[in-house]
Amino acid sequence: MSYSLTDIFGVLPELILVVTAITAILVDVASKGKDSSATMLVTAVGFIVSGIAAISGVGTIGVLMNGAVFQDGFTTAFRAIFCLIGFLTAIFSPAYLHFRNIRLGEYYPLLTMSVLGMMVMVGAANLLLFFIGLETMSISLYILVSLNRTNSKSIEAGMKYLVMGAFSSAFMLYGIALMFAVVGSINYNDITNYFLADPTLGPLTIAAVALLLTGFSFKIAVVPFQFWSVDVYEGAPATVTAFMSTGPKAAAFVVFIRVFGIALHPVASHWTLLLSWIAILTMVFGNVAALRQTNIKRMLAYSSIAHAGYLLVGIVAGNHAAFAATGYYLAAYALMNLGAFAAVIIVNQRHGTDGSYRFDALKGLGFAHPLLGISLTIFMLSLIGLPPTAGFLGKLYVFSAAIETGHIVLAVAGLLNSIIATYYYLRVIVLMYMAKPEGDTTIPRPLPYAITLIVLSVLILLIGVFPEPVISLMIAVAP
Amino acid sequence: MRNAWLVPGIPFFSFLIVGLFIRPLSEKAAGWVATAALFVSAFFAYSIAWDYFSHFGIGHEGPALVPWAFEWLRYQDHLTATIGTLIDPISILLMVVVTTVSALVHLYSIGYMAGDDGYGRYFTFLNLFSFSMLGLVVAPNIVQMFVCWELVGVSSFLLIGYYYRKPSAVAAGKKAFIVTRFADLGFLIGILILGYFGIEAFPHIGAKIQQEMAGLSSIPIQAIDFAFINHPATAHYILTTAGTVLGLSTLAVACILIFMGCAGKSAMFPLHIWLPDAMEGPTPVSALIHAATMVVAGVYLVARLFPSFAAAGTPLDVVAFIGTFTCAFAAIIACTQDDIKRVLAFSTLSQLGYMMLALGVATAVSPLGHTASMFHLFTHAFFKALLFLAAGALIHGVHSNEIWDMGGLRKKLPVTHLTFLAATLAIAGVPPLSGFFSKDEILRAAVENHHPIVFGVALFVAGLTAFYMFRIYFISFWGDARSEKAEHAHEAPAVMLIPLIALALLAIFAGFVPMGEYLGTSHGGHHGIHWNIAIPATLAGLIGIALSAFMYTGTRERYVAVARALGGMYTVVKNKFYVDEVYLFVTKNIIFHYIARPIAWFDRHIVDGAINLYAWLTGALGRGLKPLQTGQVQTYSAWWISGAVFFIILLWMKLS
Repeated sequence: MSYSLTDIFGVLPELILVVTAITAILVDVASKGKDSSATMLVTAVGFIVSGIAAISGVGTIGVLMNGAVFQDGFTTAFRAIFCLIGFLTAIFSPAYLHFRNIRLGEYYPLLTMSVLGMMVMVGAANLLLFFIGLETMSISLYILVSLNRTNSKSIEAGMKYLVMGAFSSAFMLYGIALMFAVVGSINYNDITNYFLADPTLGPLTIAAVALLLTGFSFKIAVVPFQFWSVDVYEGAPATVTAFMSTGPKAAAFVVFIRVFGIALHPVASHWTLLLSWIAILTMVFGNVAALRQTNIKRMLAYSSIAHAGYLLVGIVAGNHAAFAATGYYLAAYALMNLGAFAAVIIVNQRHGTDGSYRFDALKGLGFAHPLLGISLTIFMLSLIGLPPTAGFLGKLYVFSAAIETGHIVLAVAGLLNSIIATYYYLRVIVLMYMAKPEGDTTIPRPLPYAITLIVLSVLILLIGVFPEPVISLMIAVAP
Repeated sequence: MRNAWLVPGIPFFSFLIVGLFIRPLSEKAAGWVATAALFVSAFFAYSIAWDYFSHFGIGHEGPALVPWAFEWLRYQDHLTATIGTLIDPISILLMVVVTTVSALVHLYSIGYMAGDDGYGRYFTFLNLFSFSMLGLVVAPNIVQMFVCWELVGVSSFLLIGYYYRKPSAVAAGKKAFIVTRFADLGFLIGILILGYFGIEAFPHIGAKIQQEMAGLSSIPIQAIDFAFINHPATAHYILTTAGTVLGLSTLAVACILIFMGCAGKSAMFPLHIWLPDAMEGPTPVSALIHAATMVVAGVYLVARLFPSFAAAGTPLDVVAFIGTFTCAFAAIIACTQDDIKRVLAFSTLSQLGYMMLALGVATAVSPLGHTASMFHLFTHAFFKALLFLAAGALIHGVHSNEIWDMGGLRKKLPVTHLTFLAATLAIAGVPPLSGFFSKDEILRAAVENHHPIVFGVALFVAGLTAFYMFRIYFISFWGDARSEKAEHAHEAPAVMLIPLIALALLAIFAGFVPMGEYLGTSHGGHHGIHWNIAIPATLAGLIGIALSAFMYTGTRERYVAVARALGGMYTVVKNKFYVDEVYLFVTKNIIFHYIARPIAWFDRHIVDGAINLYAWLTGALGRGLKPLQTGQVQTYSAWWISGAVFFIILLWMKLS
């Protein structure tokens, strides 16, 4: 095995993040744990540089590292999206961490390592490298979730996540091993070729597919493997939840497309129906359960489950256009959910509330804080899927891909579920604008939040009104 | 010409900036910034006109360029909605007219609206309107046209209902919106028909048209572009393959449906009922939107799709008939109205009828009517805007819309008087003012294409126009002041008089523009006066003026006697032929009672019932799901294992 300079440049974004993480640790050590703003700065700059490196790689297509890494547009696009997510999470974290009294410098290196894991996952061209990326991401997340060491909920969430995550890793790894036993290789391309030649499934293959499906289902939190996500999302520090519900989910979906949508596509007839049912059950579960929540964080956790259901529709549809649509939806979803969490985090710091993410904290905030009100409204409208937001077009593209491939039932189920979802998303807007404010409505207004809210809402409207560049990019790069 | 996008672009950005940032800070600055934006936009429109005509010359038909465009929404290959700017003689004509009138109306409004509540809001909407109208004018495809068409509808709605505390203004806004929306339904169906057959025809003829268009457009041609729809090959394809509906070709049906939208926007009979009520808006708005620009959008769209209309044949007859009828119908009503703005509104209807009938009598081989229509659109925009703005100055001075409250104002408002007189002479068709030339062209088009009845009606209406216009002129400016307020009327401030004078100059001299040369449709015909038509037309106008002078400069008994002599006919006309009442009867007694009520019952009980059932079911399901979330890892793992087992079973079952 030999590596050339091309290989090194191909993974430049990942290398930059490694350097960033190490630098961040050193800076944190140097500051003796007193002030982590320097660490934050290093991390943010690292994400920017890595993002630029990722974008400058657009157009180069091929495989790197002796066929272990895909150097394609999908990788590039999602590397850039992950960097944006990482960057925004990093800049709006300090205010929250300060509010929660979490003074731990390792937060930022862990965030960086987690994004690194995500990048490795989406670029991986074989199951083993994917697994390494997955573990890198997950282990960083286990620690991030339980970072609020004085809060028992945070500890409990971290513990649950660790146990369930270990469970999932075991299933996934067993599935990979069985797949290797069947095919004799762990490369996606070899798997495709093997099943193209022989699309029948033996018992061993069935076990492999089922175990892999189980592992993915856990990561993207679909029925019946979704229970952990609500508890973990609720217990984790809110910035970590915002990050988890966007980045790692998108990464898992991209790999899901690569493994099930492409590598196992020759045997798609075996798992399509199963996946359709999971999609429908997931949407229904997520939306119905979200209806009755009184806690915004839990509501968003269930909503995130519902969105995983919509996204699965794209994978079931299973053609090029559907993957492009899923890619668009993932990007749009990352923007709107990150925005929603950012807004909710700031709402939760309202004076006189106990910081428990109750819906009541929203009352009457719309007119008192126009920027917050308008941007949270945009995020909610986008999550509902109303024009002219990116969320609308994401749904439009995914569901029309489903209709084109003959999955009418899935599209109808998606639409019916969107109606249910309207109820709980609109409640946020109603409370902000139509309820009388109770008590003190002053909330802190740190600049990074304003930047995050403006950037995200403008992006959502921009790619909602002018979707052409993004969807063209996705059509060009989708596998 | 690559900068053409700035013409609609500047008002758009100004709309955003004024609306979001300047208005909250300073209402006064909002007015000036909005006005400045329109003047800059007008400058760009003129420079584009200059570039275009100095580059391509005049006297022959110039090419239709799309120098700037981008893909907006891609539906499928060849069916991509683009946003762009179409530059051809008629879009340049409209750009010049719209930016000029809009800029002057903005300037005038600074004075007219001074001290009004919502001054900044007014200018924000006026900018929005200007942007939408210019976007409509430069639309290279029918989708952009439709989007901007609806945007001008919205801005019109917002501005008619500007005095939103006044119930009649709110009702008028709603009426305008609903009537035009109803008409737009036809437009939309027409677009869908054209789009459907366009995409079907594309594989056969698209490559050929693309080749012809090479170099003219910056992006590939689409099935919904005007260049494609209007191409003879497309019309031929639709005519030969699409079959017929009720004895009409499909192309004709599509064109007639599109004309329905045009008739709504241009307030043709029987969809005219919204325009007189729209006068509830501020007077400068009436001048800009409901006289000079938005209402001519319908005429413009017919002109834009003229090749398709001409290829289909029948639609042009419909256009000619509706145009001629509206032309006479509205002029007759205008003779009896007492609200100065309503008289002007009916006059606008009548003049729009002229433009439509001119298009209707034109044919593909003899497009003189097309030129005449555009020429009249051009001159009408100036003198009608002037009439409204001058009327605004009157209202500003007298604080009343009723002509019987005015009188003797020629000495108290000298500038307003002279400018109003210029516009009145122009619309009456007195040579050598602008209206004379354009009306002459229209009459000539009717004669040359052998439409004697249309010609006869148009000639009669020319006389009638002079009569009713001089009626309001004599009543408001001559005689003695008839009210307390009219005695103490005062001239408007300079910021309002400057636009009046500018428009008066345009109304006087715009007729000397050799329109046929610019539009390239004159086909060697010399732009000039045709005495065999000009003499009877001028005579008709002079008779109208003389009659008006006889009736309204003397004692009150004279016209009262005439009105009494006409008896029942006068009452019918005075009540606008009871068209509004007929609408009210049909909607209230028939539609509401027999259609809407059963639908409402169905909606309330069956549809709402189903929704409530759905909500109840979801709620029940939610209650059922809640115990599942135990918070215990053991439960979750149990679900996990069962899920995994279930997966294996399902995959296995599929196998066997």
